[in-house]
Amino acid sequence: MTTVSGWGRFPVVDSEMLRPRSFEAVGEAVVAGSVARGNGRAYGDAAIGTARTITMTAFDRVRSFDPVTGRIRVEAGVLLSDLIDTFGPRGFLPSVVPGTRFVSVGGAIAADVHGKNHHCEGGFGRYVDSILLRTGSGETIEASREQNSDAFFATVGGMGLTGVILEATMRLRPVETGWIRERVISASDLDAAMRALEAGDSATYSVAWIDCVARGRNLGRSLIYLGEHAGRDELAEGAVVFPVGKPPALAVPLDLPSVTLNPTSVRAFNELYYRVGARRAGGDHVVSLYPYFFPLDSLGGWNRIYGRRGFLQHQCVIPEAAAREVLGDILDRVARRGDASFLAVLKKLGHGDGLLSFPLPGYTLALDFPVNGDILTFLDEIDRLVVAAGGRLYLAKDSRQSRATFEAGYPALQRFKAIRKSLDPDGAIRSKLSQRLFDEV
Amino acid sequence: MTSRKSVLVLGGSSDIGRAAARAFAKAGYDVALAGRDAAALEPDAADLRARYDIEASTRTFDVLDTASFDGFVAGLPVLPDVVISIVGLLGVQQKAESDLAHAATIMRSNYEGPSLILGLFAEKFLGRGNGTIVGVSSVAGDRGRASNYVYGSAKAGFSAFLSGLRARASRGGVHVVTVKPGFVRTKMTEGMKLIGPLTVEAPVVGDAILRAVEKKTDVVYVSGIWRVVMLIIKALPEVVFKKLKF
Repeated sequence: MTTVSGWGRFPVVDSEMLRPRSFEAVGEAVVAGSVARGNGRAYGDAAIGTARTITMTAFDRVRSFDPVTGRIRVEAGVLLSDLIDTFGPRGFLPSVVPGTRFVSVGGAIAADVHGKNHHCEGGFGRYVDSILLRTGSGETIEASREQNSDAFFATVGGMGLTGVILEATMRLRPVETGWIRERVISASDLDAAMRALEAGDSATYSVAWIDCVARGRNLGRSLIYLGEHAGRDELAEGAVVFPVGKPPALAVPLDLPSVTLNPTSVRAFNELYYRVGARRAGGDHVVSLYPYFFPLDSLGGWNRIYGRRGFLQHQCVIPEAAAREVLGDILDRVARRGDASFLAVLKKLGHGDGLLSFPLPGYTLALDFPVNGDILTFLDEIDRLVVAAGGRLYLAKDSRQSRATFEAGYPALQRFKAIRKSLDPDGAIRSKLSQRLFDEV
Repeated sequence: MTSRKSVLVLGGSSDIGRAAARAFAKAGYDVALAGRDAAALEPDAADLRARYDIEASTRTFDVLDTASFDGFVAGLPVLPDVVISIVGLLGVQQKAESDLAHAATIMRSNYEGPSLILGLFAEKFLGRGNGTIVGVSSVAGDRGRASNYVYGSAKAGFSAFLSGLRARASRGGVHVVTVKPGFVRTKMTEGMKLIGPLTVEAPVVGDAILRAVEKKTDVVYVSGIWRVVMLIIKALPEVVFKKLKF
C-alpha cells in the first residue's frame, strides 16, 4: 500500500500502485477494485483504485502515424506533451488540448477533456476513432463509433470505469506553425465578459480568466483570450516555425505554508494581473502555443503552492439560458469569501460526446480553493445552485460532490451503468470516485 | 540503405536504451535495436519509425554469448557510425557473495561482454577510420562499496577498458565515450530507494549520450553533482571508507 492522491493532493488515500510494462501484465494486474491511472493529473479521486491503481505511463509508444492524414495510433500512456514535441515540428498537434500538456492520451479519453476550442470543435473524444480496451471482464476489444459503439461512448468520458484503455487511434490537427495569433479583450464585468465570449464564438480558441475576488460593479471582470493558429506568413522574420516546449523553468520545491495564498495576496495578484492584461488588450499578437494553452505548465509542481492540505477545484457548467444569473450568484458568493485563488477560468462549452462527458452547451466556471475551514459546506451550497440550473460538475476535477449532485447532473447515468455492467459484470474496475458516486455500497 | 548516419543500441529494450534510441532517431539517425529477444524490440522500432520518419530495425544480441560476437558484427547489413552499449546487470549483491555463478554472470554482463563487443567494433571502426563508441558504465565503478562491489568492480573494469580504448582509438579517428549515469529511474532501479536530487529520468540520459557523441566528450556524469559526490567518495581514506555502510 502506498498513499496516493490526485493533482489537488486531496484526498490522500491508500492504494497499491502497480506499473505494468506489458499488456499481459496489465491483465494480470486487474483485481477487484482496480482502475487505470495516467500521469496523475485528475485533481481528485478518479484515478485511484479502491484496492489497486494501475499506472499506464510505461506504455508510451507510437504504433503508427500517417503524415498525410495525421491519423495516429498510440499506446495509452503517451503524453500530449510528447505528441506536441514529436509531431508539432512535423506539422501536427493534438486536436484538443486541456490546460496542461502533461496528461496521457488514456486519461484524456477517460475524462473526455476539453480545450479552449470546445465551443466550436468539441472535446478530445470527438477526434478519437477507436479505442483498444481491456474490459473488467478480461476481454480485449476494439471500440469505435461503428464497432462496440456502446463501449466506445461509455469509455469516452467514462473515467476509466469501463476498463483499462490500452491504445487509441485519433486524428491530429494539421498546423503550419507552433504559434497562436492571440487577441486579448478586457471586460469590466460579467456581462461584458459573457458578451465577449459570445462574440468570440467564431474564434477557434476562446477562454476568459476571471477575477473572482473583484466585487460590486467589478464583479466578474475578466480578460478574454481569443486565439487562432498562426500561419507561416505571420511569423517574424527568422522566427522558428515550431518553438520547443521547455520543461518547467521554475518548480515549487516544497509545500508552501498555507498562508501564502490569503485574501490580501490573491487580491493584489489579481489586481496586477488584470491591469497588466488590460494594457495588452486590443490588437493581435503572436505568442508561442505553450503560454497560450498551458500557462501553468511553466511552474512545475504548482499544486504545492496551496500547502500540505491540498486544494479543491470546483468546475461546473451552467446551461446557457440560466448562465448569467447563476454565474453572477456564484461569483458574488465566492468574492465575499475572498479565498478563491488566482486560477479562475470562464469558458463556453458545446455538446459533449460520451455518455458521461462533462460539457453541455453553456458556460463553465473553474475555481480553486485551498482545503480549509468550511469550504466543503460552502461548495455544497454552490452545488445546489448548479443543480437547480440544470448544470453539473466535472468528474476529472471532483473529489467531494454528493451522489445527489452527481445523479442530477448526468441524465445518461443509468445507461452508462448498464453498459458498464455488461463490460464488467463482477465490478472489478472500481475507483475511489466510483465508490463515492456510482457503486452500490 | 539511406544516407543518414546510423546508431546501434546494444541493450535496446532497457529504459536508457529506448531513451537513447529516441534521442538519436530524433536527431535523424537510423537506428538498430539489439537485445536478447529481437521480436520484443519490434514495437520500439515501429515507435521510432512512426515518430521520426527514419529507418529502424532489430537484431538479436546476447551479451553472455561472446562466441556469437564475430558473427553478430559480420552479420550487420551496415557498420553503424555509432555503437552504444547499455547492457548491464545489477544483480543481487548478497546473493553474489556466496553464489559464484550469479557473481560471474554479473561480472560477465557488465565487464566481459560489453568490453569484448565494443573492442570488436573499435577494430572495425579503426579500419574504417571513424566511428563513435559509447559505453554506459556506472558511478558504482568509481570505488567498490560494501553494498554492491561485485557490480561495481565489473563496472570499474569496464570503465578502465573504455579509458584505455579511448586513448588508443583516438589516434585512429575513433572516439570513445564513457557514460556514468548515477541514479536513473528505470526497470533496473524499480523499488530501490533513490535520492531525489541525485536521480534523473531515462530520457535525460538518452539526451546526454547524444550530446556527448556530438561534442566528443570523453567521460559524462549525467548529473554534474555525481562528479562531485564521487570525487569525495574517492578521496575518503580507506580507514574511514571501510566503516561506511553504503
